[in-house]
Amino acid sequence: MSEQFQHLRVAVEQGHVVVRLRERQILDEMLIRAIGEELDVVVADAASPRIVLDFSQVEHLSSSALGMLITLNSRLQDRSGSLCLAHVNETISEVFRITRLDRVLHIEPDLASARAALLGE
Amino acid sequence: MRMSSEFDPSWRRQWRIGGEREACLQIINQTQQAIESAGLGGTVAFAVRLAMEEAMVNAIRHGHAGDESLEIKVEVSVDASEISVAVEDMGPGFDPDAVPDPTAEENLTIASGRGLTLMRAFMTEVEVVPPGNRIEMRYVAK
Repeated sequence: MSEQFQHLRVAVEQGHVVVRLRERQILDEMLIRAIGEELDVVVADAASPRIVLDFSQVEHLSSSALGMLITLNSRLQDRSGSLCLAHVNETISEVFRITRLDRVLHIEPDLASARAALLGE
Repeated sequence: MRMSSEFDPSWRRQWRIGGEREACLQIINQTQQAIESAGLGGTVAFAVRLAMEEAMVNAIRHGHAGDESLEIKVEVSVDASEISVAVEDMGPGFDPDAVPDPTAEENLTIASGRGLTLMRAFMTEVEVVPPGNRIEMRYVAK
């Protein structure tokens, strides 16, 4: 599945999908749009709309990227699915705290806890 | 480019560009190089990059309603202790006090409207100059 994506690495696992963002900086508007379109495909194709979004490669993101995450979260909730973020670094955690999106988005320290959170729901 | 002089040891640039993405990126990248040359680290570079990105996106998206033919003016100065950035568009401006608070409970799930909040959080000072089509920001290195 991941071969069709330029900005994502996608692994379909039992009961959920792990999506690793491959970009170091998610600041550019065009890039954010492209990532959003690829995430739309993942959501549309996923049998189970439970997605772990792996931020281990991501160092920085902008407010437009936050918008993309909110849209993704809403879309998954509309399909009775869920989203969990993992491996979010300190800078990005700070962005989530400042914007209070840590109250909207489910954030776990690592993939194992993210999987457990999604599958335990 | 005017490089440092005896009386003004800062790196200063001024650009007038359309809303093309490539031109915005060139300005950001040149500023990032200047910050690095000034010996300032990754935290400063990230804060300024984020603020410039947000300000230019706001200028194009809101100030010019996406019209890339309209001109944006960008001014930057960098020295070892301070970075100043101004972004001015040709739009009518906006009242920052009228922008909904994106951290209010009822606005948390709205996908847009966080740019000014992030600029204020990461830069030392942010001022929206009336009538609201120019934003001036400073980062003071500690």
